[in-house]
Amino acid sequence: THLSFPLGHDPAPLVVQTRKPVRAAAAAAMRLIVPLQSVVQGRGGLIFGSLIPCALFYFLQLYLKRHRSPKPQSNPPSPTTSSPKLAEMTRTSSRSNLFSRSIGQVRISSRAISIAKPNESPYYIGLDKASEDPYDRLSNPDGVIQLGLSENRLCFDLIEKWMSENLGHSITGRDNGELNINGIATYQPFDGTMELKLAMAGFMSHIMGGAVTFEPSQMVLTAGATPAIETLCFCLADQGNAFLVPTPYYPGFDRDVKFRTGVELIPVHCRSTDNFALSITALDQAFNQTRKHGTKIRGILLSNPANPVGNLLSREMLYAILDFAREKNIHVISDEIFAGSMYGNEEFVSMAEVLDSEGFDKNRVHIVYGLSKDLSLPGFRVGVIYSFNENVLAAARKLTRFSSVSAPTQRLLVSMLSDARFIEEYIKTNKRRLQNMHALFVAGLKGLNIRCADSSAGLYCWADMSKLISSYSEKGELELWDKLLNVGKINVTPGSACHCIEPGWFRCCFTTLAEEDIPVVLERIRKAVENTTDLLNSS
Amino acid sequence: MEFTRKNRQLLSRIATNDRHGENSPYFDGWKAYDSNPFHPIHNPDGVIQMGLAENPLCFDLIEKWIRENPDASICTAEGLDKFKDIAIYQDYHGLREFREAVAKFMGRVGGNRVTFDPNRIVMSGGATGANETAMFCLADPGDAFLVPSPYYAGFARDLRWRTGVEIVPVHCKSSNNFRITRAALEEAYEKAQRSNINIKGVIITNPSNPLGTVLDKETLRSLVSFVTDKKIHLVSDEIYAATVFSSPRFISVAEVMQDMDCNRDLIHIVYSLSKDMGFPGFRVGIVYSFNDDVTNCARKMSSFGLVSSQTQFLLASMLSDDEFVGNFLRESSKRLAKRHHVFTKGLEEVGISTIKSNAGLFFWMDMRPLLKEQTTKAETELWRVIINKVKLNVSPGSSFLCSEPGWFRVCFANMDDKTVEVALDRIREFVLQGKEENNHEADKSQARAQRWRKQNLRLSFSSSRLYDESLMSPHMISPHSPIPHSPLVRART
Repeated sequence: THLSFPLGHDPAPLVVQTRKPVRAAAAAAMRLIVPLQSVVQGRGGLIFGSLIPCALFYFLQLYLKRHRSPKPQSNPPSPTTSSPKLAEMTRTSSRSNLFSRSIGQVRISSRAISIAKPNESPYYIGLDKASEDPYDRLSNPDGVIQLGLSENRLCFDLIEKWMSENLGHSITGRDNGELNINGIATYQPFDGTMELKLAMAGFMSHIMGGAVTFEPSQMVLTAGATPAIETLCFCLADQGNAFLVPTPYYPGFDRDVKFRTGVELIPVHCRSTDNFALSITALDQAFNQTRKHGTKIRGILLSNPANPVGNLLSREMLYAILDFAREKNIHVISDEIFAGSMYGNEEFVSMAEVLDSEGFDKNRVHIVYGLSKDLSLPGFRVGVIYSFNENVLAAARKLTRFSSVSAPTQRLLVSMLSDARFIEEYIKTNKRRLQNMHALFVAGLKGLNIRCADSSAGLYCWADMSKLISSYSEKGELELWDKLLNVGKINVTPGSACHCIEPGWFRCCFTTLAEEDIPVVLERIRKAVENTTDLLNSS
Repeated sequence: MEFTRKNRQLLSRIATNDRHGENSPYFDGWKAYDSNPFHPIHNPDGVIQMGLAENPLCFDLIEKWIRENPDASICTAEGLDKFKDIAIYQDYHGLREFREAVAKFMGRVGGNRVTFDPNRIVMSGGATGANETAMFCLADPGDAFLVPSPYYAGFARDLRWRTGVEIVPVHCKSSNNFRITRAALEEAYEKAQRSNINIKGVIITNPSNPLGTVLDKETLRSLVSFVTDKKIHLVSDEIYAATVFSSPRFISVAEVMQDMDCNRDLIHIVYSLSKDMGFPGFRVGIVYSFNDDVTNCARKMSSFGLVSSQTQFLLASMLSDDEFVGNFLRESSKRLAKRHHVFTKGLEEVGISTIKSNAGLFFWMDMRPLLKEQTTKAETELWRVIINKVKLNVSPGSSFLCSEPGWFRVCFANMDDKTVEVALDRIREFVLQGKEENNHEADKSQARAQRWRKQNLRLSFSSSRLYDESLMSPHMISPHSPIPHSPLVRART
């Protein structure tokens, strides 16, 4: 079996491990096959011609393995997670790696092979690059400015203040000054404590303007929104089934949804001409086309407010989506993780609110929420599955044992979320600061003649730099991205990483910045593109 | 309603199948406990939980440390200056301090004979998540792992449910204290191959859950050479490493492989702080692989079970406090040893023996003499008596896929001293009463037991796979199923 050549597989992950002599030997073996085939004529020619050199090669491999010097025992090189730079990425032809891949190498699972290979998405490459050399006004002014990570640092002072005023030994409880670790160190319900669910329900209702109430018993807490989405996918779809996803979409979905579940994502393309609004026609088209290929569609995965565009789904659109889901008998997952990060004047309507008011079939609707964006606590890993389907909840509760929230963190959050006055002030201030930063950033880009899509929520803007790219294609877009990263030293997320069908769009997160960083960012963009275009002068 | 009718077809197989394993007696016992939990004052007749391997014996030490180090939790005035950096930290590599502290702790638990590389520490949601992650990385749906039985009841769920990986038990026998032998491994491996099952590896627990024994060097070496010969993986689940309370000491697979000619890419360790520190609520699980691809892949998967950064920071501070860790480990093994002694001695007095063990939060109790006949059915009956009448939630051997009926896992750490006395009293009373009633039948059952043991030697591979459908099936253990009452039940009712 070690002589089989899995041609379908991408050999990239093993390139790292390929040893030089092996690769040379592989080439030598290939050179052997062809002449041997002509020597051994007849029907068995191909088989013998391949088999003999392969067997020879196999023994050579064995020999090399037995006689190679042992690896040093201490501190083996740490595995790298992604290539440092798209341009430097090795693209070895699969042919030269055929042998090294299939022989002698310990076989891990094929899903692991697809995951372990270096992340080729510029989304992850950029994130890594920025975290290796992070910009700091004082200590590292030439570092990379991170605009690729949707993280909100605008209101940390409020949270810090609350901590200092309210917490003594918060994680171990404060009852009569008695310390008690029993309630947090021991096994807790995997799907979250009832106290946190109650506090969470209140918080969610609050940020959605009180228009909808959430039932704690319909809630399952997970270690972040990432496992929340994965858990839902495990519950709703089998391997090979698909979800429809409006594009451009959050680049992380490709990992969160597809990695381990084996579920496919079918893009439903939205276009700049309608400000990337979703249309039922597009949904219908994608649905029919996918069905034609024999793939079963199990649902629609929406993000509302949308990441990366920042626009909202209107009430009418939500109705239309629910009708569509009923007609096709599929599920709807609504990722509303940015519901509390509104800066526009438009009204956010939760899927839960629409269900409240109309006689829709609730069983097929599932909402995802989390505290990473709206309360800017991504490190705390708190995600929520809110479902109306008892069976999904039952399965999800059991599945959370693989990803539950740490108990001390739960306890801390219960006290924070239950402080109504603090939450109110936080939401108000956060909105004001988001509005301010968004306005400044968009105006700054406009000064460079870069237009942003209309948006109302989120931690970023969706910028149209299509006039700055050398060719109107993904290649042109990635060239500009590369230039922004390596010349301008700013990391933004290119539209292609979000599966945007139109090249030249970039997601820029502005909530990791301080106000005084904005001119620096703008200047860097200007510098990165100044030689390629005279566009900046034409404004 | 339209949706409900089509409900099953609209949910995934994972959501609707039975592979969560929660219909096994192991979990049934938990349900019985949940509906009627023992309390010394409020509910003295309630069920005592002896099915949960929890270790709160040294919480006083932990509380003291937290009180003395308020800045570690970052959620106090003292720790506030760290808060901002920690709260936004979401890198799946984990805090450097955390990885270093865990690596050091793992080394220390292994007697400082091995150094663990912090860069290979991969986080995951508890040992549950760590074991699942290992399976996701090493095997594809339909592939199988060899698991020496008796094995942890949760494996059926953790290893199989979402991954689609299968378990092939390697039957270990009481005749040699359930040792894992090369012969048993070979036999299981070959039988699997004949049935066209692709074996991707072996997963062991060391110290063993449920036996409470440590694997000796020889066994570990034979395991490592077995996987090297077969070119399959070895996952060593070492989450009970620090619970060893007397000699022989714990030996990590990492130590054994140091002086062996083996393929390091095949060896993977699962670790956790849930048992050794008694922190299951903190959800810290670790995958430590010597294989770069697996480390890489597992790290990317850790997004699905990251430990809260606040908890990482707290643990980093705690585990880097050498004096505290040393004191904690010493005290913990002292208390575990004492508790283990009290229990096993108490049982010995009424003639109940246990497998000689020196680790874990449980022991493996031999109730074969109390079985009506040497069958799984009789074991289940006895278990039902124990949970319903004696009101102790112990876990029957069948839920650990033990090939011989009559063994039970008894957890001894998750209760206070008074509850221990109550539990022991209940067992004593039950055994003595049962003995009186059964005295005249003793000879007959002895003969039966021996006959059964002979049959057992011929147990075929197909029978070992039964557990999937039968042992785990709800029918067999459902409280509503018409299982005839044993003489013991009749004796007491």
